Amino acid sequence: MIVNRSEAIIGRVVLIVVLVLTLIPLLNMISAALQPADENPVGLSWPTDPQWGNFAEAFQTGHVVELMSSSALIVIGVVPLSLLFGTLAGYALGNLRIPGGRFLLIFLVLGLTIPFEALIIPLYYEMQGFGLLNTQWAVILPLIGLYMPFSVVWMRAHFVNVPRELSEAARVDGATTLQEFRRIQLPLAVPPLSALAILLFLWTWNQFLLPVVLISDPLKRTVAGSLTYFQGQYSSSIPLLNAGALIIIAPAIVVFLIFQRQFIKALLQGAVKG
Amino acid sequence: MSESTHPRRATRSAVARRGYGWLFVVPALAAYLLFVIYPLILGIQYSLYKWNGVGASEFVGLKNYLRVFSDPDLLASIGNAFVLIAFFTIIPVSAGLFLATLIRSIKPGPFSSASQAILFLPQIIPLAAAGIAWSWMYAQTGAVNQLLRAVGLDAITRPWLGDFQTALPAVGLIGSWVLTGLCTVLFLTGISKIDGSLYEAVRLDGAGWFREFFTITIPGLRQEIAVLTTITIIAALSSFDIIYTTTLGGPGRSTLVPGISIYRIGFTQSDVGLASAFGIVLMILVLVCVLPIQRLSKESER
Repeated sequence: MIVNRSEAIIGRVVLIVVLVLTLIPLLNMISAALQPADENPVGLSWPTDPQWGNFAEAFQTGHVVELMSSSALIVIGVVPLSLLFGTLAGYALGNLRIPGGRFLLIFLVLGLTIPFEALIIPLYYEMQGFGLLNTQWAVILPLIGLYMPFSVVWMRAHFVNVPRELSEAARVDGATTLQEFRRIQLPLAVPPLSALAILLFLWTWNQFLLPVVLISDPLKRTVAGSLTYFQGQYSSSIPLLNAGALIIIAPAIVVFLIFQRQFIKALLQGAVKG
Repeated sequence: MSESTHPRRATRSAVARRGYGWLFVVPALAAYLLFVIYPLILGIQYSLYKWNGVGASEFVGLKNYLRVFSDPDLLASIGNAFVLIAFFTIIPVSAGLFLATLIRSIKPGPFSSASQAILFLPQIIPLAAAGIAWSWMYAQTGAVNQLLRAVGLDAITRPWLGDFQTALPAVGLIGSWVLTGLCTVLFLTGISKIDGSLYEAVRLDGAGWFREFFTITIPGLRQEIAVLTTITIIAALSSFDIIYTTTLGGPGRSTLVPGISIYRIGFTQSDVGLASAFGIVLMILVLVCVLPIQRLSKESER
């Protein structure tokens, strides 16, 4: 690759500026969180006497344990089922090429662009009808449906590219469709499945609209949905609000840093294949 | 092979197998029908009625849709959503393109993977948390005003989210902050797919940075540009989380967007019919904006 020296330097400088801009709002949260809880903090500055106790206080008064377990419950309700349903349907559409599959695919793709806001009012009354309002089910069930178009389309894109000879070979050997699916197709689908799992985890964990509307008790929401509760509770203390918000977003950041490689690798894999 | 030896049996079993394949689709289809299609139909039905969510409902035909297009608050929220496209789509996609071209020369290594991770961070935290972080950035005593004072621009300091003039751009820039990293990383991936010899050829031709950018990079990234434009337009038109945690649509209606309007009308003012009609309008608005991009990107492929 031919690249000028000056270009390389400009590139680096610009990148560093952008990285700093990206980090400042987060660092600013940390700086606010370490100021004395009963004062209005001023701008971005490292406090002379960092109040690490703010985190402890926000952890306790913010019911963080309850919030985290509620979020975890919702994630456990949504992600495995979405993966399972999405994989089964993706296999049927991509590999088995079921009759009417094209029509079904278009039907699902249409759902990809529906904003959740367009469905939130009827979903509220649907959940009320089921008697599920104010329970985690009111978020779990709709999310499985709402994520289904993406999950199916994502998994179908994988199965369409698996060589058909593989299925034919398995069938000649007398494998049933179910056997072939479990023994041959599933192991091959692990990379797209894990990428999908990460995406679904993040989207569920960060889901805001549904929990805010469908669950009135903030302690039963996702962590993102519970942030409004923090805003209400700590409206008079910017340091505690920021401390609470930081605790709330930390697990997702940790998970991201652990799986960062897989996440970016999944993106890059698509690049290599293309 | 088996098909040539036992044509009839194989065909029948293939058909049976393919029909049986529908069983694999049933759970996904059921979830989709129950929690996307059924609410959609329900929403269309509600939109034709005047209903407060509890009492009796009255059929009003298309009146709710007429109200969507005549109510100044609702028109303002649609207008604001389109302004947000500038901040959610135009800024991140063009900034992402320029950044990706500038930093494509940086060799893979700890620095480049650390920068990718940092650029991705805004994607990882909830939008609601980004809203909280930025409300504090924009506050009267916050970092933005602190910086302005430090460079002698005291005159323009203000509570950015509380000012009628600046609230919408301020909220929009939060969207730019969230989405620019995603665009940059995706474009970087796209650039790595472009044949390096194309760049060398155009350089040997004596082309400068600009010609290279417009003759090689942009055409090579058509697909990525289409995908990102689609994603970010949907994000702009259906924004909710950021506005909810920063301004709730205020001051006045200066940052009102369709999502917040639907929420307010449906649950605070209990006008279920109007809120549902606005939901349907929002869905059509998104489709109308997104479909042409899809078509354009398909055509340019040929």
